[in-house]
Amino acid sequence: MVEMRTVVDLTRCQGYAQCVFLAPEVFELHGEEGLLYATAVPDDQVERVRQAAAACPVQAILLGEEVSTGGR
Amino acid sequence: MAGDLKDGLIVIVGASLAGLRAAEALREEGFTGSLTVVGDEPHAPYDRPPLSKQVLLGQATADTLELPMRRDPDAEWRLGVRATGVDLLAKRVLLADGDSLPYDRLLIATGTRARPWPNPEEGALDGVFTLRTREDGAGLAERLAARPERVLVIGGGFTGSEIASACRELGLAVTVAERGPAPLVGALGGTLSKLAAVMQRNHGVDLRTGVTVTALNGNGAFTGAQLSDGSRVEADVCVVALGAIRNVEWLAESGLAAGPRGIACDAGCRAFTMYGIVTDDVFVAGDVSRFPHPLFGYQMLSLEHWGNAVEQAAVAAHNMVNPGPLQRPHLALPVFWSTQFGLNIKSVGVPTYSDHVVIAQGSLEARRLAMVYGYQGRVTAAVTVDMAKALDYYRHLIETAAPFPPPPGAQDRAIAADIAIPSAVPDPSVLSHGPTVALTGHLPDRRLTVV
Ligand SMILES: Cc1cc2nc3c(=O)[nH]c(=O)nc-3n(C[C@H](O)[C@H](O)[C@H](O)COP(=O)(O)OP(=O)(O)OC[C@H]3O[C@@H](n4cnc5c(N)ncnc54)[C@H](O)[C@@H]3O)c2cc1C
Ligand code: SF4
Repeated sequence: MVEMRTVVDLTRCQGYAQCVFLAPEVFELHGEEGLLYATAVPDDQVERVRQAAAACPVQAILLGEEVSTGGR
Repeated sequence: MAGDLKDGLIVIVGASLAGLRAAEALREEGFTGSLTVVGDEPHAPYDRPPLSKQVLLGQATADTLELPMRRDPDAEWRLGVRATGVDLLAKRVLLADGDSLPYDRLLIATGTRARPWPNPEEGALDGVFTLRTREDGAGLAERLAARPERVLVIGGGFTGSEIASACRELGLAVTVAERGPAPLVGALGGTLSKLAAVMQRNHGVDLRTGVTVTALNGNGAFTGAQLSDGSRVEADVCVVALGAIRNVEWLAESGLAAGPRGIACDAGCRAFTMYGIVTDDVFVAGDVSRFPHPLFGYQMLSLEHWGNAVEQAAVAAHNMVNPGPLQRPHLALPVFWSTQFGLNIKSVGVPTYSDHVVIAQGSLEARRLAMVYGYQGRVTAAVTVDMAKALDYYRHLIETAAPFPPPPGAQDRAIAADIAIPSAVPDPSVLSHGPTVALTGHLPDRRLTVV
Protein backbone atom coordinates (compact mmCIF):
# COMPACT_ATOMS: atom_id res chain seq x y z
CA MET A 1 0.00 0.00 0.00
CA VAL A 2 1.20 3.51 -0.75
CA GLU A 3 1.80 5.72 2.21
CA MET A 4 -0.92 8.31 2.59
CA ARG A 5 -0.34 12.06 2.61
CA THR A 6 -2.21 14.79 4.36
CA VAL A 7 -2.45 18.51 3.84
CA VAL A 8 -4.37 21.05 5.89
CA ASP A 9 -5.85 24.13 4.26
CA LEU A 10 -4.55 26.54 6.86
CA THR A 11 -6.30 29.47 5.26
CA ARG A 12 -9.51 27.80 6.46
CA CYS A 13 -8.32 26.17 9.70
CA GLN A 14 -9.52 28.09 12.73
CA GLY A 15 -7.54 26.20 15.30
CA TYR A 16 -10.49 24.26 16.71
CA ALA A 17 -8.03 21.44 17.47
CA GLN A 18 -10.48 18.56 17.00
CA CYS A 19 -7.82 16.98 14.82
CA VAL A 20 -5.27 17.28 17.60
CA PHE A 21 -7.50 15.31 19.95
CA LEU A 22 -8.35 12.68 17.38
CA ALA A 23 -4.87 12.12 15.91
CA PRO A 24 -2.28 13.62 18.27
CA GLU A 25 0.56 11.79 16.57
CA VAL A 26 -0.14 13.61 13.31
CA PHE A 27 -1.53 17.02 14.34
CA GLU A 28 -0.02 19.32 16.92
CA LEU A 29 -0.83 22.81 18.06
CA HIS A 30 2.09 25.14 18.15
CA GLY A 31 1.36 27.92 20.58
CA GLU A 32 -2.28 28.87 20.99
CA GLU A 33 -3.59 28.05 17.55
CA GLY A 34 -0.82 27.46 15.01
CA LEU A 35 -1.35 23.99 13.57
CA LEU A 36 1.61 21.87 12.49
CA TYR A 37 1.19 18.37 11.14
CA ALA A 38 3.13 15.42 9.78
CA THR A 39 2.64 15.26 6.02
CA ALA A 40 3.26 11.49 5.81
CA VAL A 41 0.52 9.48 7.52
CA PRO A 42 1.73 6.10 8.77
CA ASP A 43 -0.67 3.20 8.05
CA ASP A 44 -1.70 2.84 11.67
CA GLN A 45 -2.75 6.51 11.78
CA VAL A 46 -4.83 6.58 8.61
CA GLU A 47 -8.11 5.78 10.34
CA ARG A 48 -7.53 8.46 12.97
CA VAL A 49 -6.71 11.08 10.35
CA ARG A 50 -9.83 10.06 8.45
CA GLN A 51 -11.85 10.72 11.60
CA ALA A 52 -10.08 14.03 12.12
CA ALA A 53 -10.88 15.06 8.55
CA ALA A 54 -14.54 14.21 9.10
CA ALA A 55 -14.64 16.05 12.43
CA CYS A 56 -12.91 19.25 11.31
CA PRO A 57 -15.60 21.92 11.50
CA VAL A 58 -14.25 23.81 8.50
CA GLN A 59 -13.35 20.76 6.38
CA ALA A 60 -9.74 21.84 6.12
CA ILE A 61 -8.07 18.42 6.21
CA LEU A 62 -7.40 16.44 3.07
CA LEU A 63 -6.12 12.86 3.25
CA GLY A 64 -5.18 11.01 0.12
CA GLU A 65 -2.59 9.42 -2.07
CA GLU A 66 -0.02 11.38 -3.96
CA VAL A 67 -0.77 11.66 -7.62
CA SER A 68 0.55 8.80 -9.67
CA THR A 69 2.65 10.37 -12.36
CA GLY A 70 3.31 7.14 -14.23
CA GLY A 71 6.48 5.21 -14.95
CA ARG A 72 8.77 6.91 -12.40
CA MET B 1 -13.19 20.78 -30.96
CA ALA B 2 -14.16 24.37 -30.42
CA GLY B 3 -17.71 23.08 -30.33
CA ASP B 4 -17.24 20.92 -27.29
CA LEU B 5 -15.31 22.54 -24.51
CA LYS B 6 -15.49 19.37 -22.41
CA ASP B 7 -13.35 17.59 -24.98
CA GLY B 8 -10.12 18.30 -26.84
CA LEU B 9 -6.55 18.89 -25.71
CA ILE B 10 -5.61 20.75 -22.56
CA VAL B 11 -2.02 21.39 -21.50
CA ILE B 12 -1.06 22.68 -18.07
CA VAL B 13 2.44 24.07 -17.57
CA GLY B 14 3.57 23.97 -13.92
CA ALA B 15 3.07 20.79 -11.88
CA SER B 16 2.64 22.17 -8.40
CA LEU B 17 -0.28 23.31 -6.27
CA ALA B 18 -2.18 25.33 -8.89
CA GLY B 19 -1.41 22.85 -11.68
CA LEU B 20 -2.61 19.83 -9.71
CA ARG B 21 -5.76 21.45 -8.35
CA ALA B 22 -6.66 22.72 -11.82
CA ALA B 23 -6.14 19.26 -13.32
CA GLU B 24 -8.44 17.72 -10.72
CA ALA B 25 -11.04 20.43 -11.19
CA LEU B 26 -11.04 19.99 -14.98
CA ARG B 27 -12.13 16.38 -14.51
CA GLU B 28 -14.68 17.39 -11.88
CA GLU B 29 -16.07 19.86 -14.39
CA GLY B 30 -16.56 17.01 -16.82
CA PHE B 31 -13.56 17.43 -19.11
CA THR B 32 -13.12 14.11 -20.91
CA GLY B 33 -10.41 15.07 -23.39
CA SER B 34 -6.67 14.61 -23.17
CA LEU B 35 -4.85 16.38 -20.35
CA THR B 36 -1.07 16.83 -20.14
CA VAL B 37 0.77 18.43 -17.22
CA VAL B 38 4.33 19.67 -17.79
CA GLY B 39 6.61 20.37 -14.83
CA ASP B 40 10.33 21.04 -14.70
CA GLU B 41 10.75 19.58 -11.21
CA PRO B 42 11.19 15.80 -11.37
CA HIS B 43 8.59 15.21 -8.64
CA ALA B 44 4.90 14.70 -8.22
CA PRO B 45 3.23 17.96 -7.05
CA TYR B 46 4.24 18.74 -3.49
CA ASP B 47 3.40 21.31 -0.84
CA ARG B 48 5.81 24.16 -0.09
CA PRO B 49 4.63 25.84 3.15
CA PRO B 50 5.97 22.99 5.34
CA LEU B 51 9.46 23.68 3.93
CA SER B 52 9.94 26.63 6.29
CA LYS B 53 8.04 25.01 9.16
CA GLN B 54 7.67 21.24 9.73
CA VAL B 55 10.67 20.32 7.57
CA LEU B 56 13.11 22.55 9.46
CA LEU B 57 11.65 21.45 12.81
CA GLY B 58 12.11 17.79 11.88
CA GLN B 59 8.36 17.04 11.93
CA ALA B 60 8.27 16.08 8.29
CA THR B 61 10.95 15.31 5.75
CA ALA B 62 11.21 17.11 2.44
CA ASP B 63 10.55 13.89 0.51
CA THR B 64 7.12 13.35 2.11
CA LEU B 65 5.46 16.59 1.03
CA GLU B 66 3.55 15.29 -2.00
CA LEU B 67 0.09 16.80 -2.13
CA PRO B 68 -2.70 14.30 -1.58
CA MET B 69 -4.99 14.26 -4.60
CA ARG B 70 -8.65 15.07 -4.33
CA ARG B 71 -9.34 12.79 -7.28
CA ASP B 72 -7.23 11.20 -9.96
CA PRO B 73 -6.81 13.83 -12.69
CA ASP B 74 -6.10 11.10 -15.22
CA ALA B 75 -3.38 13.16 -16.86
CA GLU B 76 -0.18 12.49 -18.69
CA TRP B 77 2.66 13.90 -16.59
CA ARG B 78 5.72 15.26 -18.36
CA LEU B 79 7.97 15.84 -15.38
CA GLY B 80 11.58 16.96 -15.29
CA VAL B 81 11.15 18.86 -18.54
CA ARG B 82 10.88 22.62 -18.97
CA ALA B 83 8.51 24.41 -21.24
CA THR B 84 10.60 26.86 -23.27
CA GLY B 85 7.94 28.76 -25.14
CA VAL B 86 4.43 29.01 -26.49
CA ASP B 87 3.39 29.52 -30.08
CA LEU B 88 0.01 31.22 -29.72
CA LEU B 89 -0.75 30.99 -33.41
CA ALA B 90 0.11 27.34 -33.87
CA LYS B 91 -1.29 26.60 -30.38
CA ARG B 92 1.73 24.64 -29.24
CA VAL B 93 3.85 24.51 -26.10
CA LEU B 94 7.53 24.03 -26.83
CA LEU B 95 9.55 21.78 -24.53
CA ALA B 96 13.25 21.79 -23.69
CA ASP B 97 13.66 18.22 -24.95
CA GLY B 98 12.71 19.40 -28.46
CA ASP B 99 9.19 18.03 -28.29
CA SER B 100 6.15 20.26 -28.68
CA LEU B 101 2.63 19.75 -27.40
CA PRO B 102 -0.48 20.90 -29.26
CA TYR B 103 -3.31 22.36 -27.21
CA ASP B 104 -6.81 23.68 -27.60
CA ARG B 105 -6.59 25.42 -24.24
CA LEU B 106 -3.52 26.11 -22.14
CA LEU B 107 -3.15 26.83 -18.43
CA ILE B 108 -0.01 28.57 -17.23
CA ALA B 109 0.82 27.84 -13.58
CA THR B 110 4.59 28.22 -13.44
CA GLY B 111 4.67 29.99 -10.07
CA THR B 112 7.74 31.66 -8.71
CA ARG B 113 11.28 30.79 -7.67
CA ALA B 114 13.49 32.12 -4.91
CA ARG B 115 15.33 35.34 -5.66
CA PRO B 116 18.99 34.31 -5.61
CA TRP B 117 21.82 36.19 -3.93
CA PRO B 118 22.85 38.84 -6.49
CA ASN B 119 26.50 37.78 -6.53
CA PRO B 120 26.52 34.26 -8.02
CA GLU B 121 29.99 33.38 -6.73
CA GLU B 122 29.07 34.30 -3.18
CA GLY B 123 25.71 32.61 -3.57
CA ALA B 124 27.45 29.38 -4.56
CA LEU B 125 29.44 29.17 -1.31
CA ASP B 126 28.80 25.96 0.58
CA GLY B 127 26.29 26.71 3.34
CA VAL B 128 24.37 29.41 1.44
CA PHE B 129 20.74 28.49 0.75
CA THR B 130 17.50 29.75 -0.71
CA LEU B 131 14.23 28.03 0.18
CA ARG B 132 11.68 27.18 -2.49
CA THR B 133 12.08 23.54 -3.53
CA ARG B 134 12.16 20.28 -1.65
CA GLU B 135 15.87 19.96 -2.45
CA ASP B 136 16.41 23.35 -0.79
CA GLY B 137 14.40 22.20 2.22
CA ALA B 138 16.23 18.88 2.55
CA GLY B 139 19.61 20.60 2.31
CA LEU B 140 18.81 23.29 4.83
CA ALA B 141 17.18 20.88 7.30
CA GLU B 142 20.29 18.68 7.15
CA ARG B 143 22.55 21.67 7.87
CA LEU B 144 20.42 22.82 10.77
CA ALA B 145 20.38 19.30 12.21
CA ALA B 146 24.19 19.40 12.21
CA ARG B 147 23.90 22.28 14.67
CA PRO B 148 25.75 25.22 13.13
CA GLU B 149 27.22 27.91 15.41
CA ARG B 150 25.06 30.61 13.89
CA VAL B 151 22.59 30.99 11.02
CA LEU B 152 22.31 34.25 9.10
CA VAL B 153 18.92 34.93 7.52
CA ILE B 154 18.89 37.71 4.94
CA GLY B 155 15.42 39.22 4.62
CA GLY B 156 12.74 39.60 7.28
CA GLY B 157 9.66 38.69 5.26
CA PHE B 158 7.40 35.75 6.13
CA THR B 159 9.78 33.06 4.91
CA GLY B 160 12.83 34.61 6.57
CA SER B 161 10.95 35.09 9.83
CA GLU B 162 9.66 31.52 9.82
CA ILE B 163 13.18 30.21 9.22
CA ALA B 164 14.49 32.33 12.12
CA SER B 165 11.67 31.02 14.31
CA ALA B 166 12.56 27.42 13.46
CA CYS B 167 16.24 28.07 14.22
CA ARG B 168 15.38 29.44 17.68
CA GLU B 169 13.12 26.50 18.35
CA LEU B 170 16.01 24.22 17.50
CA GLY B 171 18.14 26.20 19.93
CA LEU B 172 20.36 27.65 17.21
CA ALA B 173 21.81 31.16 17.27
CA VAL B 174 20.36 33.21 14.44
CA THR B 175 20.85 36.70 13.01
CA VAL B 176 18.20 38.29 10.79
CA ALA B 177 19.32 41.16 8.56
CA GLU B 178 16.58 43.33 7.07
CA ARG B 179 16.97 46.52 5.06
CA GLY B 180 13.59 47.91 6.16
CA PRO B 181 12.74 49.21 9.64
CA ALA B 182 11.28 45.91 10.93
CA PRO B 183 10.36 42.36 9.89
CA LEU B 184 7.09 41.82 7.99
CA VAL B 185 6.67 45.56 7.51
CA GLY B 186 6.17 45.15 3.77
CA ALA B 187 3.18 42.88 4.28
CA LEU B 188 1.64 44.14 7.53
CA GLY B 189 2.64 47.81 7.84
CA GLY B 190 4.21 49.69 10.75
CA THR B 191 2.32 48.67 13.91
CA LEU B 192 2.36 44.89 13.52
CA SER B 193 5.91 44.95 12.26
CA LYS B 194 6.93 46.40 15.63
CA LEU B 195 5.25 43.45 17.33
CA ALA B 196 7.11 41.13 14.95
CA ALA B 197 10.40 42.79 15.92
CA VAL B 198 9.64 42.42 19.64
CA MET B 199 8.70 38.77 19.18
CA GLN B 200 11.95 38.05 17.35
CA ARG B 201 14.07 39.75 20.00
CA ASN B 202 12.15 38.12 22.87
CA HIS B 203 12.87 34.77 21.31
CA GLY B 204 16.57 35.53 21.16
CA VAL B 205 16.94 36.48 17.51
CA ASP B 206 19.79 38.89 16.82
CA LEU B 207 17.67 41.21 14.66
CA ARG B 208 19.49 43.86 12.60
CA THR B 209 17.21 46.29 10.81
CA GLY B 210 18.02 49.20 8.53
CA VAL B 211 21.08 47.36 7.25
CA THR B 212 21.94 45.55 4.08
CA VAL B 213 24.29 42.63 3.68
CA THR B 214 27.02 43.84 1.37
CA ALA B 215 29.07 40.66 0.93
CA LEU B 216 29.06 36.98 1.80
CA ASN B 217 32.50 35.75 2.78
CA GLY B 218 34.14 32.36 2.68
CA ASN B 219 36.67 30.32 0.84
CA GLY B 220 34.56 27.55 -0.62
CA ALA B 221 32.41 27.43 2.50
CA PHE B 222 30.41 30.32 3.93
CA THR B 223 31.98 31.82 7.06
CA GLY B 224 30.19 35.12 7.57
CA ALA B 225 28.88 38.29 6.04
CA GLN B 226 29.64 41.97 5.85
CA LEU B 227 26.90 44.45 6.74
CA SER B 228 26.41 48.00 5.48
CA ASP B 229 26.91 49.43 9.00
CA GLY B 230 30.46 48.12 8.95
CA SER B 231 29.81 45.16 11.22
CA ARG B 232 30.41 41.53 10.40
CA VAL B 233 28.31 38.48 11.26
CA GLU B 234 30.18 35.22 11.76
CA ALA B 235 27.94 32.35 10.73
CA ASP B 236 28.26 28.99 9.03
CA VAL B 237 24.86 28.84 7.37
CA CYS B 238 23.18 31.61 5.41
CA VAL B 239 19.63 31.63 4.10
CA VAL B 240 18.87 34.18 1.40
CA ALA B 241 15.17 35.05 1.83
CA LEU B 242 14.84 38.00 -0.51
CA GLY B 243 11.45 37.14 -1.94
CA ALA B 244 10.38 35.54 -5.18
CA ILE B 245 10.83 35.93 -8.92
CA ARG B 246 7.98 35.02 -11.26
CA ASN B 247 8.72 32.21 -13.69
CA VAL B 248 7.84 34.13 -16.86
CA GLU B 249 11.09 34.17 -18.83
CA TRP B 250 10.01 31.22 -20.94
CA LEU B 251 7.16 33.40 -22.25
CA ALA B 252 9.38 36.30 -23.33
CA GLU B 253 8.78 35.71 -27.03
CA SER B 254 5.22 34.52 -26.69
CA GLY B 255 3.40 37.82 -27.08
CA LEU B 256 1.64 37.34 -23.75
CA ALA B 257 1.57 40.13 -21.12
CA ALA B 258 4.28 38.42 -19.07
CA GLY B 259 6.58 40.60 -16.99
CA PRO B 260 8.42 40.67 -13.67
CA ARG B 261 5.16 40.99 -11.76
CA GLY B 262 3.56 38.03 -13.41
CA ILE B 263 1.29 37.28 -16.31
CA ALA B 264 -1.64 39.67 -16.53
CA CYS B 265 -5.03 38.04 -16.81
CA ASP B 266 -8.65 39.12 -16.45
CA ALA B 267 -10.95 38.24 -13.56
CA GLY B 268 -11.81 35.05 -15.45
CA CYS B 269 -8.12 33.96 -15.45
CA ARG B 270 -7.78 34.54 -19.21
CA ALA B 271 -4.32 35.80 -20.14
CA PHE B 272 -3.79 39.14 -21.82
CA THR B 273 -1.52 39.54 -24.79
CA MET B 274 1.14 42.24 -24.60
CA TYR B 275 -1.31 44.54 -26.37
CA GLY B 276 -3.81 44.19 -23.56
CA ILE B 277 -6.14 42.03 -25.62
CA VAL B 278 -7.63 39.13 -23.74
CA THR B 279 -7.09 35.62 -25.13
CA ASP B 280 -9.74 32.95 -24.92
CA ASP B 281 -7.53 29.88 -24.97
CA VAL B 282 -4.71 30.75 -22.56
CA PHE B 283 -5.44 30.84 -18.83
CA VAL B 284 -3.30 31.66 -15.80
CA ALA B 285 -3.48 30.60 -12.14
CA GLY B 286 -1.42 30.73 -8.96
CA ASP B 287 1.65 32.72 -7.95
CA VAL B 288 2.57 33.57 -11.54
CA SER B 289 -0.69 35.41 -12.20
CA ARG B 290 -1.59 39.04 -11.89
CA PHE B 291 -5.30 39.82 -11.88
CA PRO B 292 -7.69 42.72 -11.25
CA HIS B 293 -9.81 42.74 -8.10
CA PRO B 294 -12.95 44.89 -7.85
CA LEU B 295 -12.67 45.26 -4.06
CA PHE B 296 -9.28 46.87 -4.42
CA GLY B 297 -10.00 49.46 -7.07
CA TYR B 298 -9.45 46.93 -9.87
CA GLN B 299 -5.76 47.10 -9.14
CA MET B 300 -3.82 44.16 -10.50
CA LEU B 301 -2.88 41.85 -7.59
CA SER B 302 0.14 39.56 -7.53
CA LEU B 303 -0.21 37.11 -4.65
CA GLU B 304 2.13 34.51 -3.26
CA HIS B 305 -0.60 32.77 -1.34
CA TRP B 306 -1.38 29.09 -1.09
CA GLY B 307 -5.10 29.74 -0.85
CA ASN B 308 -5.11 31.91 -3.95
CA ALA B 309 -3.43 29.18 -6.01
CA VAL B 310 -6.18 26.76 -4.97
CA GLU B 311 -9.08 29.16 -5.60
CA GLN B 312 -7.78 30.56 -8.85
CA ALA B 313 -6.99 27.09 -10.21
CA ALA B 314 -10.61 26.10 -9.63
CA VAL B 315 -11.94 29.18 -11.40
CA ALA B 316 -9.50 28.80 -14.30
CA ALA B 317 -10.46 25.14 -14.74
CA HIS B 318 -14.15 25.99 -14.69
CA ASN B 319 -13.72 28.71 -17.29
CA MET B 320 -11.59 26.50 -19.53
CA VAL B 321 -14.46 24.11 -20.07
CA ASN B 322 -17.46 26.45 -19.98
CA PRO B 323 -18.70 29.00 -22.51
CA GLY B 324 -18.54 32.74 -21.76
CA PRO B 325 -21.92 33.31 -20.14
CA LEU B 326 -21.29 30.41 -17.73
CA GLN B 327 -17.78 31.52 -16.77
CA ARG B 328 -17.01 32.68 -13.22
CA PRO B 329 -14.88 35.55 -11.93
CA HIS B 330 -12.04 34.96 -9.48
CA LEU B 331 -13.16 37.26 -6.69
CA ALA B 332 -11.92 35.35 -3.66
CA LEU B 333 -10.40 37.60 -1.02
CA PRO B 334 -6.68 37.08 -0.54
CA VAL B 335 -6.05 35.03 2.62
CA PHE B 336 -2.66 34.21 4.08
CA TRP B 337 -1.34 32.50 7.18
CA SER B 338 2.05 32.19 8.86
CA THR B 339 3.10 30.46 12.04
CA GLN B 340 6.18 31.85 13.73
CA PHE B 341 7.50 32.34 17.24
CA GLY B 342 4.49 30.46 18.59
CA LEU B 343 2.06 32.92 17.00
CA ASN B 344 -0.54 32.23 14.36
CA ILE B 345 -0.73 35.21 12.02
CA LYS B 346 -3.56 35.29 9.50
CA SER B 347 -4.52 37.96 7.08
CA VAL B 348 -7.53 38.56 4.85
CA GLY B 349 -7.83 41.25 2.22
CA VAL B 350 -4.89 43.40 1.15
CA PRO B 351 -3.20 45.03 4.17
CA THR B 352 -0.95 47.12 1.95
CA TYR B 353 -4.06 48.67 0.36
CA SER B 354 -4.59 50.89 3.39
CA ASP B 355 -3.95 54.28 4.88
CA HIS B 356 -5.04 53.65 8.49
CA VAL B 357 -5.42 50.80 10.97
CA VAL B 358 -7.22 50.19 14.24
CA ILE B 359 -6.76 47.45 16.79
CA ALA B 360 -10.35 46.22 16.89
CA GLN B 361 -9.95 43.35 19.34
CA GLY B 362 -7.24 42.33 21.79
CA SER B 363 -4.01 44.27 22.19
CA LEU B 364 -0.35 44.29 21.24
CA GLU B 365 0.56 43.64 24.90
CA ALA B 366 -1.60 40.51 25.00
CA ARG B 367 0.01 39.31 21.73
CA ARG B 368 -3.50 38.46 20.69
CA LEU B 369 -5.37 40.88 18.50
CA ALA B 370 -7.34 41.69 15.42
CA MET B 371 -6.05 44.64 13.44
CA VAL B 372 -8.33 46.16 10.85
CA TYR B 373 -6.98 48.08 7.86
CA GLY B 374 -8.87 50.82 6.09
CA TYR B 375 -8.42 52.78 2.90
CA GLN B 376 -10.26 56.03 2.30
CA GLY B 377 -12.87 55.25 4.90
CA ARG B 378 -13.62 51.63 4.16
CA VAL B 379 -12.34 48.31 5.46
CA THR B 380 -9.84 46.64 3.11
CA ALA B 381 -8.03 44.07 5.24
CA ALA B 382 -7.67 42.46 8.64
CA VAL B 383 -4.84 40.64 10.34
CA THR B 384 -5.32 38.44 13.38
CA VAL B 385 -2.66 37.24 15.75
CA ASP B 386 -3.86 34.14 17.62
CA MET B 387 -7.46 35.12 16.88
CA ALA B 388 -8.20 33.15 13.72
CA LYS B 389 -11.84 32.62 14.63
CA ALA B 390 -12.45 36.38 14.36
CA LEU B 391 -11.25 36.51 10.76
CA ASP B 392 -14.56 35.54 9.13
CA TYR B 393 -16.28 38.54 10.67
CA TYR B 394 -13.72 40.89 9.16
CA ARG B 395 -13.83 39.07 5.85
CA HIS B 396 -17.50 39.95 5.74
CA LEU B 397 -16.72 43.61 6.43
CA ILE B 398 -14.23 43.70 3.57
CA GLU B 399 -16.59 41.97 1.16
CA THR B 400 -19.33 44.48 1.94
CA ALA B 401 -16.96 47.47 1.79
CA ALA B 402 -17.96 48.35 5.36
CA PRO B 403 -17.01 51.80 6.69
CA PHE B 404 -13.68 52.23 8.46
CA PRO B 405 -13.16 52.33 11.43
CA PRO B 406 -15.45 49.29 11.60
CA PRO B 407 -18.71 49.53 13.50
CA PRO B 408 -18.97 47.76 16.85
CA GLY B 409 -19.67 44.09 16.22
CA ALA B 410 -17.24 41.99 18.15
CA GLN B 411 -18.15 41.40 21.78
CA ASP B 412 -14.65 41.98 23.04
CA ARG B 413 -14.15 45.29 21.30
CA ALA B 414 -10.84 46.85 22.19
CA ILE B 415 -10.50 50.26 23.81
CA ALA B 416 -8.32 51.27 20.88
CA ALA B 417 -10.97 50.33 18.33
CA ASP B 418 -11.76 53.93 17.43
CA ILE B 419 -8.21 55.21 17.37
CA ALA B 420 -7.09 55.05 13.79
CA ILE B 421 -3.35 55.30 13.25
CA PRO B 422 -1.46 55.48 9.95
CA SER B 423 -0.89 52.03 8.51
CA ALA B 424 2.68 52.97 7.59
CA VAL B 425 3.13 50.65 4.66
CA PRO B 426 6.54 51.45 3.20
CA ASP B 427 7.61 51.54 -0.40
CA PRO B 428 8.62 47.92 -1.11
CA SER B 429 11.80 49.05 -2.83
CA VAL B 430 13.39 49.94 0.52
CA LEU B 431 12.92 46.40 1.91
CA SER B 432 14.93 43.21 1.70
CA HIS B 433 11.72 41.22 1.59
CA GLY B 434 8.92 41.69 -0.90
CA PRO B 435 5.34 41.86 0.30
CA THR B 436 3.53 38.62 -0.48
CA VAL B 437 0.65 40.70 -1.83
CA ALA B 438 1.70 43.31 -4.35
CA LEU B 439 -0.50 45.96 -5.86
CA THR B 440 0.84 46.30 -9.31
CA GLY B 441 -1.34 49.04 -10.73
CA HIS B 442 -2.74 49.19 -14.21
CA LEU B 443 0.55 49.76 -15.95
CA PRO B 444 1.72 47.08 -18.35
CA ASP B 445 5.14 45.70 -17.65
CA ARG B 446 6.21 45.96 -21.21
CA ARG B 447 6.01 48.85 -23.58
CA LEU B 448 3.92 48.40 -26.64
CA THR B 449 5.85 48.10 -29.83
CA VAL B 450 4.26 49.28 -33.02
CA VAL B 451 3.12 46.39 -35.16
C1 LIG C 1 9.13 28.12 2.10
C2 LIG C 1 7.75 28.54 1.69
C3 LIG C 1 6.78 28.78 2.67
C4 LIG C 1 5.50 29.17 2.32
N1 LIG C 1 4.59 29.39 3.30
C5 LIG C 1 3.35 29.82 2.98
C6 LIG C 1 2.39 30.08 4.00
O1 LIG C 1 2.67 29.92 5.20
N2 LIG C 1 1.16 30.53 3.63
C7 LIG C 1 0.81 30.72 2.31
O2 LIG C 1 -0.32 31.15 2.02
N3 LIG C 1 1.71 30.47 1.31
C8 LIG C 1 2.96 30.03 1.62
N4 LIG C 1 3.87 29.78 0.62
C9 LIG C 1 3.48 30.06 -0.79
C10 LIG C 1 2.83 28.87 -1.51
O3 LIG C 1 3.62 27.74 -1.39
C11 LIG C 1 2.64 29.25 -2.95
O4 LIG C 1 1.66 30.27 -2.99
C12 LIG C 1 2.21 28.09 -3.85
O5 LIG C 1 3.22 27.12 -3.92
C13 LIG C 1 1.86 28.58 -5.24
O6 LIG C 1 1.59 27.51 -6.08
P1 LIG C 1 1.77 27.60 -7.65
O7 LIG C 1 1.35 26.25 -8.16
O8 LIG C 1 1.11 28.80 -8.17
O9 LIG C 1 3.32 27.84 -7.93
P2 LIG C 1 4.61 27.01 -7.53
O10 LIG C 1 4.37 26.21 -6.31
O11 LIG C 1 5.74 27.96 -7.56
O12 LIG C 1 4.77 25.96 -8.72
C14 LIG C 1 5.15 26.28 -10.02
C15 LIG C 1 5.76 25.04 -10.66
O13 LIG C 1 6.01 25.29 -12.04
C16 LIG C 1 7.33 24.85 -12.36
N5 LIG C 1 7.81 25.59 -13.55
C17 LIG C 1 8.25 26.88 -13.58
N6 LIG C 1 8.62 27.22 -14.84
C18 LIG C 1 8.39 26.12 -15.61
C19 LIG C 1 8.57 25.85 -17.00
N7 LIG C 1 9.02 26.78 -17.87
N8 LIG C 1 8.25 24.60 -17.46
C20 LIG C 1 7.77 23.66 -16.60
N9 LIG C 1 7.57 23.87 -15.28
C21 LIG C 1 7.88 25.08 -14.78
C22 LIG C 1 8.10 25.15 -11.11
O14 LIG C 1 9.32 24.45 -11.05
C23 LIG C 1 7.11 24.68 -10.04
O15 LIG C 1 7.19 23.31 -9.84
C24 LIG C 1 5.16 29.36 0.94
C25 LIG C 1 6.14 29.12 -0.04
C26 LIG C 1 7.41 28.72 0.32
C27 LIG C 1 8.44 28.48 -0.75
S1 SF4 D 1 -9.85 20.40 13.32
FE1 SF4 D 1 -9.73 21.62 11.45
S2 SF4 D 1 -9.95 23.73 12.13
FE2 SF4 D 1 -9.45 22.51 13.90
S3 SF4 D 1 -7.24 22.65 14.10
FE3 SF4 D 1 -7.69 20.81 12.96
S4 SF4 D 1 -7.60 21.46 10.86
FE4 SF4 D 1 -7.80 23.30 12.06
